[in-house]
Amino acid sequence: MGFLDIRNVTKSYGSVEVLHRVDLEAEEGEFLVLVGPSGCGKSTLLNMIAGLESITSGEIAIAGQVVNHVHPSKRNIAMVFQSYALYPNMTVAGNITFGLEMHGVPRPERERALRDVARLLQIEHLLDRKPSQLSGGQRQRVAMGRALVRDPAVFLFDEPLSNLDAKLRVDMRTEIKKLHQRLGRTIVYVTHDQIEAMTLSTRIAVMNAGHVQQFGTPKEIYDRPANLFVAGFMGSPSMNLIPATVAVEDGTPVALIRDEGGEAHRLRLSQPSLAAWAGREIVLGIRPEAITDPDGADRQSRNIQPLRARVSVIEPAGSDTFVATPLGGREVIARMRADATARPGEVFDFAVNMDKAVAFDPVTEARIP
Amino acid sequence: MSTLSQNPLAGPALRAAPVPSQETAVRTGRVTRVFIYLVLLLFALFYLLPFFIMLINSVKPLGEITGGNMMALPREWTVEPWMAAWSTAQIGVQPTGLRPYFINSILMVVPAVAISTLLGALNGYILTKWRFRGDTILFGLMLFACFIPFQIVLIPMARTLGILGLAGTTWGLVLVHVVYGLGFTTLYFRNYYAAFPTELVRAAQIDGAGFFRIFWRIMLPVSGPIAVVSIIWQFTNIWNDFLFGASFAAGSGAPVTVALNNLVNSSTGVREYNVHFAGAILAALPTLLVYIVAGRYFVRGLMAGSVKG
Ligand SMILES: Nc1ncnc2c1ncn2[C@@H]1O[C@H](COP(=O)(O)OP(=O)(O)O)[C@@H](O)[C@H]1O
Ligand SMILES: [Mg+2]
Repeated sequence: MGFLDIRNVTKSYGSVEVLHRVDLEAEEGEFLVLVGPSGCGKSTLLNMIAGLESITSGEIAIAGQVVNHVHPSKRNIAMVFQSYALYPNMTVAGNITFGLEMHGVPRPERERALRDVARLLQIEHLLDRKPSQLSGGQRQRVAMGRALVRDPAVFLFDEPLSNLDAKLRVDMRTEIKKLHQRLGRTIVYVTHDQIEAMTLSTRIAVMNAGHVQQFGTPKEIYDRPANLFVAGFMGSPSMNLIPATVAVEDGTPVALIRDEGGEAHRLRLSQPSLAAWAGREIVLGIRPEAITDPDGADRQSRNIQPLRARVSVIEPAGSDTFVATPLGGREVIARMRADATARPGEVFDFAVNMDKAVAFDPVTEARIP
Repeated sequence: MSTLSQNPLAGPALRAAPVPSQETAVRTGRVTRVFIYLVLLLFALFYLLPFFIMLINSVKPLGEITGGNMMALPREWTVEPWMAAWSTAQIGVQPTGLRPYFINSILMVVPAVAISTLLGALNGYILTKWRFRGDTILFGLMLFACFIPFQIVLIPMARTLGILGLAGTTWGLVLVHVVYGLGFTTLYFRNYYAAFPTELVRAAQIDGAGFFRIFWRIMLPVSGPIAVVSIIWQFTNIWNDFLFGASFAAGSGAPVTVALNNLVNSSTGVREYNVHFAGAILAALPTLLVYIVAGRYFVRGLMAGSVKG
């Protein structure tokens, strides 16, 4: 049983169920990220934790206490909204201390808490301003200050960075991570940005269409995605998902992939259990960084497979160069060092790290264990 | 993209091209503008003329008016008609002037405007931020109040006031105007609050503010523009109302509009037109003042509502 427990929770609006039997938990001090495409039910779940939406069935418990029918202000939570939701008529100081005032905290104590938070977030010079006189990044800080000052058991963040420009977003991301490491509080963080999810979280729940697709550490989710949805959603560029046929040669399973000319390429699989799939179709999942030039291949790997294929497009991206090659009816992306020598149109020797490859059942879309 | 627009070579060329067409646009704009101003001036004169005539005749001795010179400026200026209209003229049978009735109107209009505006705000707050099953239907029904002709409610209202013991009193009129104005004020505030982010209410809930605290501390402080609209609208309508006043508060409890009518009709013998004009201006003065003081905000408030919601 975790510090925050979400047990078998569903949510319906009228007859439409938008969340289906969600089971999640977070230990104390954990950074739990809910990630998924827009409309998948992340905010709804977060609002249910906050008490802003009713729970249709199931239970949510914070620190061992079931809070299904506890008022939002009594759940010992604080929330940062996507729009920041700063009170437009109050100053920054008023915004930050409003919650304390409502909870009957005496003025001297409020002022002390305000000073501490303002120093922590470096917004001391903004305290007398109105929200309309702040920049986006400053508003974001004030919204965080309003949550921090309450010193709650659980922080809830609903896409707090999505209204910032790209540079500021990266800075604030780092800052949130620092804050978490410093305060050690439990955080539930909603985002549609898988990079935010990977960088911030201790555990990730990947959601789609009201279902939790996978719940695990960032590494588990990145290396061993539970199904095709997770594989495609997490990672940028996303995992190559290549239709292949399994054959068994000398007792080991091999994936056969057809290129544009119809010729089959053989890649020896590292996963012995796939021998049972002999003669059947699978979807082979290979991250771009597992396909390189032979010199760039991972020396730790016990199974690097050569692959000769035509290069169709080169996309230099500064630190890396992305190389595309048509395989199995898809454009397969390889991630190479910036000085890799591949040129469009030429036939190139790729090296595929099959230790990092995963296989999916094309019918159920689940990963083959 | 930004590097393109910052390119110093691109700048002058881009700026030079549209200049000739811009010049002609300015010239035709000037002609149209003169024409528009002329038309506007004409209309303004048209509307101001009656007021001008009232004004000059209210400061003339009666003799100059009955002498047939209504359009001319007074030869002899006097404030006598104003004094008479205010404090000595015959209203019905009493020589009280308009003053007591003017006070009646104030005693009616201030609470009626305040209560209907506040209730409208509360309704708007509930209808947008505390939604419940059937709230749109309820709102639709409330909108009916905006379309019901006054005459239809006269008899049921008289009955209701009788039962409540408020017949013939100023408080009875306050009740009538609050009930009648609620449709409008609710409409204003509901549309205004619909554009107000619900996340703010949620944030306040998490902060521990309750229903009324959110209303007082979060919603009302940002309601200035729409409150002005509601106040001007209600003030003008209630102050200018004649039918309800005449129906439910005759006699010494009547509002100034009814008293003005009695002033004009009750003069025995000579008709003191100058006093009538002065009385009419006196009775219209408060609405005029409200427009001058708050008219700017009225337009701004209407815009705020329409742009956001
Ligand atoms: N008040 C509501 N009534 C009906 N459906 C709703 C309501 N709020 C959200 N939904 C639906 O629930 C789903 C999840 O919404 P939401 O949690 O906001 O998604 P996300 O935050 O992941 O983008 C969406 O399909 C949305 O249309
Ligand atoms: Mg959302």
